[in-house]
Amino acid sequence: MTTVLESLNSGLQRAFSTDARVLLLGEDVLDPYGGAFKVTRGLSTAYPGRVIATPISEAGIVGLAAGIALRGLRPVVEIMFGDFLTLAADQLINHAAKFRWMYNDQARVPLVVRTPMGGRRGYGPTHSQTLEKHFLGTPGLEILAPCAVGDPGKLLSEAILTGEDPVLFIENKLSYLQSIHEPQSDTEFEITQIEAAQPAQGVPGARPTPVYLLRVHGAPPPVITLTCYGYMVDLARQAAQRLAFEQEVFVEIVAPTRLAPIETGAILTSARQTGRLIALEEGGVSFGWGAEVIARAAQALGPRLLAAERLGALDLPIPSSGPLEAQVLPDVERIMRISQKIV
Amino acid sequence: MPPTSNDFNEMLYRRLYLIRLFEETVIENFVKGVFYGTTHTCLGQEANAVGVLTGLAAQDIVFSNHRSHGHFLAYGGDPRSLFAELMGKASGVCGGRGGSQHLHWRNFYSNGVQGGVAPVGTGMALAEKFKNSGAAAVVFLGDGTLGEGVLYETLNMAALWQAPVLYVVENNRIAQTTPVELSLAGSIPARFAAFGIPVGELDTSDVTEILPEAQARLSAARNGEPQALILHTCRFGPHSKGDDTRPTEALAEMRCRRDPVTIQASRLEPSARLKIERETQAVIHAAFQAALEDPFPTDLDLSENLK
Ligand SMILES: Cc1ncc(C[n+]2csc(CCOP(=O)(O)OP(=O)(O)O)c2C)c(N)n1
Ligand SMILES: [Mg+2]
Repeated sequence: MTTVLESLNSGLQRAFSTDARVLLLGEDVLDPYGGAFKVTRGLSTAYPGRVIATPISEAGIVGLAAGIALRGLRPVVEIMFGDFLTLAADQLINHAAKFRWMYNDQARVPLVVRTPMGGRRGYGPTHSQTLEKHFLGTPGLEILAPCAVGDPGKLLSEAILTGEDPVLFIENKLSYLQSIHEPQSDTEFEITQIEAAQPAQGVPGARPTPVYLLRVHGAPPPVITLTCYGYMVDLARQAAQRLAFEQEVFVEIVAPTRLAPIETGAILTSARQTGRLIALEEGGVSFGWGAEVIARAAQALGPRLLAAERLGALDLPIPSSGPLEAQVLPDVERIMRISQKIV
Repeated sequence: MPPTSNDFNEMLYRRLYLIRLFEETVIENFVKGVFYGTTHTCLGQEANAVGVLTGLAAQDIVFSNHRSHGHFLAYGGDPRSLFAELMGKASGVCGGRGGSQHLHWRNFYSNGVQGGVAPVGTGMALAEKFKNSGAAAVVFLGDGTLGEGVLYETLNMAALWQAPVLYVVENNRIAQTTPVELSLAGSIPARFAAFGIPVGELDTSDVTEILPEAQARLSAARNGEPQALILHTCRFGPHSKGDDTRPTEALAEMRCRRDPVTIQASRLEPSARLKIERETQAVIHAAFQAALEDPFPTDLDLSENLK
């Protein structure tokens, strides 16, 4: 079984071997260490000169890479912990994401910034966060998040090789070691892969990205749509299994891999049938991805949306202590409770 | 053209005078409401733009900042499309999307976020080095911008990786209204020297002094050694439109002592000077009128937002 980490690593290898314009910059990315989470392991050995160990300068690296991308190369930046994206926010929001549009479509920035988010490892308040919500909705910035379904490495290699606009690629620390569920061979879930509709011409994010629909094998039609991404897909699977077998409550999981620009087609199609929608994320629940999804569902479905709930982390910093951290982050029990509440 | 010939001096004067007239036209007309947003003119600093950019090769890159009109015009940009950009017209450099501080034409770029352009311009230089194109990048910075942290991350990496880049600091001793004494500790050259970046320094408004120094630094940068050039200079006008808090006597004294246009004019025959001025006045007048008559853009695609 391939892990998410192996898949991402081979996605990088594929991008490097396919296109000589691909470079990678990041802290501690050289072999034998191969990055704090080992996603780049082997890369600097295979492609010396194209993998660049940088000083601890997140803003500088992202800015440099934006410049490299403007001149036609395809840089990838690794930010060691997603928490440190805040340091690069100006470069992403006011530079990389702006250039194409503000220069009247005369420039392209094929840049991928990848970084791991997420808690449950006891890293505490500044190394455990899920911060992508602060970047969602930035015009010109595409945000992708793989999960342990399908082909995370392909999502990454295609972003690197075929993107024309900056991509923020959100990984998850716990996801790395998970085995990937193949849509054809998953023993627990029937998995359908559809392509997210493409936004209008000329709008960044015009590449098709997969959305995965998961239903427990052999289950009756679902009564709840549970939408989530990244590592939350794993928690959603666990909750869906237990809800099915313990409570006879059947859910459909809708797992997009593109968060922004937002594409709610698959979520709405499912929610139209179930009438009940739960949006699940690991980031703090207020002002989050789920809020946007539910607002759009309410607009689109009106009274046909019988119930809507969202679940995310409490609006608190993330504690280091295991039992405290578990209280702050969403878990399987809470997904089950909220599901039972709305059926 | 030999650098001391009449033709050469006239060419430099033509460029300086074009920028001067452009900026005066901007200031004059802003109050009439023909432009959108804000603007930052480079009155008094014209010799920096012309001196640094006259020796540029076609493939070289310029990353400018908020005070970019002079840089754009010295680079060879078209005054009509710059007027039009300030007016928000479809014929503007960026179709009216960017305005005064956000320009891109050929290898010229600008952005209005202080300091943020330093890593981007340096990354461009590194990309050209990776491609072996022989191009170098020039990044313009102001004295106030030396307060931005990302600049120092950038200098470190530029030196580590030998980026073909020239950093030009235009030290007009003021940032908006804040005099350099209130915002800057230590020395400007030492900031570059700390990273092992060779630094030159000139205190002049004479374009013929700036030009050779900039050319030498640019060719050193092209050979893979990042360079810095500090140009002590004088801002004659307000920061943007009417926001000058400096005493008028000090400004008058500055204009009398440090005017790059007057300095270069003294090298010309009066008749040659007059001819250049008349021709340039006609160019600027025509550019301004044409931009005024150009249509506004209408094609903003809102389909995504209305969904
Ligand atoms: C990050 C950032 N902070 C503040 C501003 C507002 N601002 C625009 S120009 C300026 C002064 C810049 O001074 P300096 O670097 O000396 O350049 P000068 O205006 O003198 O050419 C300020 C504060 C900005 N554009 N970007
Ligand atoms: Mg200044």
